[in-house]
Amino acid sequence: MVKTAEKKLTRPVINVLECKGCGRCIIACPKDVLEMSSELNERGYHFVKYKGSGCIGCGNCYYSCPEPLALEVHIVENDKEQK
Amino acid sequence: MTEKVIGKAPGLYKEFVRKGGSAPTATHYCPGCGHGILHKIIGEAMSDFDIQDRTIAISPVGCAVFAYYYFDCGNVQAAHGRAPAVATGISRARPDSVVISYQGDGDLASIGLNETLQAANRGEKIAVIFVNNTVYGMTGGQMAPTTLVGEKTSTSPDGRDPRFSGYPIHMCELIDTLKAPVFIERVSLSDIAHIRKARKAIRKAIEIQSQGKGYAFVEVLSNCPTNLKQNAEQTIEWINEHMEKEFPLGNFRDTSNDVDKIEKIYSDFSVESLDEIFELEKAHIFDTKSGGNYAARRLKVAGFGGQGVLSMGLLAAGAGCFAGHEVSWFPSYGPEQRGGTANCSVVISDDPIGSPVVQYPDILVAMNRPSLEKFAADAVSGATIFYDSSAGQFDPPDGITAVSVPTIEIARKAGSEKAINTAMLGVMIQSGVLGIGKTHFCEALKVHFAAKQKVVDINLRAIDLGSEWARENL
Repeated sequence: MVKTAEKKLTRPVINVLECKGCGRCIIACPKDVLEMSSELNERGYHFVKYKGSGCIGCGNCYYSCPEPLALEVHIVENDKEQK
Repeated sequence: MTEKVIGKAPGLYKEFVRKGGSAPTATHYCPGCGHGILHKIIGEAMSDFDIQDRTIAISPVGCAVFAYYYFDCGNVQAAHGRAPAVATGISRARPDSVVISYQGDGDLASIGLNETLQAANRGEKIAVIFVNNTVYGMTGGQMAPTTLVGEKTSTSPDGRDPRFSGYPIHMCELIDTLKAPVFIERVSLSDIAHIRKARKAIRKAIEIQSQGKGYAFVEVLSNCPTNLKQNAEQTIEWINEHMEKEFPLGNFRDTSNDVDKIEKIYSDFSVESLDEIFELEKAHIFDTKSGGNYAARRLKVAGFGGQGVLSMGLLAAGAGCFAGHEVSWFPSYGPEQRGGTANCSVVISDDPIGSPVVQYPDILVAMNRPSLEKFAADAVSGATIFYDSSAGQFDPPDGITAVSVPTIEIARKAGSEKAINTAMLGVMIQSGVLGIGKTHFCEALKVHFAAKQKVVDINLRAIDLGSEWARENL
């Protein structure tokens, strides 16, 4: 199958402005695909970034995030077959 | 190719106006706090069970006091520890509601411990989500009922010492001693594995509510990143290694599969029912002649409790109603039903009454010596004092008329020594100081003793005999 554009893959979507940088999602991620930024967001917090690949869509980051609307996981069906 | 999204926090508002400003969808909670995780789980359950329209969440006192800015359902905020009482009221007034009480350890296990146990024992239909983070978070990290032995807080700077402040309270275990609760479980929000288990328990508790099956209690071990100075790693270590040792996780009870929906005896709040309770059918609606020319009277009736001083005031006020005046009646008495002192203030006027308190009476009724001594000095110039002859010799101040009335003799003649108050009333009516005709007092008396015909007769006789005494002696 043709390689899909990166944004179409299963991935976490992070609302940078709402992230307070607690790091709970980084610990919860089984694939270690999240990392803390070195820069600050507009509100003065470090924020979590997706390393860009490797997300399996387990939802651990969403459920461990204390901010209800700071993080969501987009799961692309048939993703496995694409790989 | 479809895209599924885990997120959007169903059951919560789409914008959190509490924080607002530059980050309209950020919570007011500290970074890393468990409240947001828990809010998300509860909101998701409300949404999944499709119960938002009939859910009422009780916001606690503590950091989560603003829960009503997050949960997209009915919300009520309760004072410290009072959530179980508020939840009980809501649950009983609205039998189909799903009531979720969200409380912290200071709220639930300290000031609200009694209410919590009583509500659990009654098996109220409430889902209680108890957030235990061993510390008073909002107020600055003071020691809580659940603070661990040795744990340092701002009020236990050397660590909790059980010789001084006892041991951590185990709420699940306490509630597990009661018969009524349907579901009791302790979970933790330390790491993702525990969060997923917590999610299951909370969904279960809310499902039980959606089915109306009874009391569900979920204790959630959580953190306080600010007061306990914990980052994400330290939170996991703290809860898993320390809190869990003191508060073992697990399900204590789940009888939800064995029980049916509870059908409680609910209060009837229909208009008809309330009318009946307050006897509105029988009540008199009075047309007052506001702006009439009746000169306002300020009456004080005082005596021992049990002498009928409050009733006498009520009868005077009632007569005022029947005569078409504005009235107020204001009792003051000690905690004893009998034997203490009691008094009441009655104002009768053709103008709206501002204050029901009578400090300087135009008419004073003193049924005993202490009342006479206490209130006679307050009577205005020109006032009339009626006092019971048992009070003995009394010289009234200048400008005040004093009448000594042998109430016991009159009452005895009427058929009951208890009727001393109406005997006194008969004297007062005949003296004309109240400016209200006797028939209005008789009407008021019939309403006052409506349930006891025999008492009506005796008291009507006492009024007559009192009036007769007044005709002969005044």
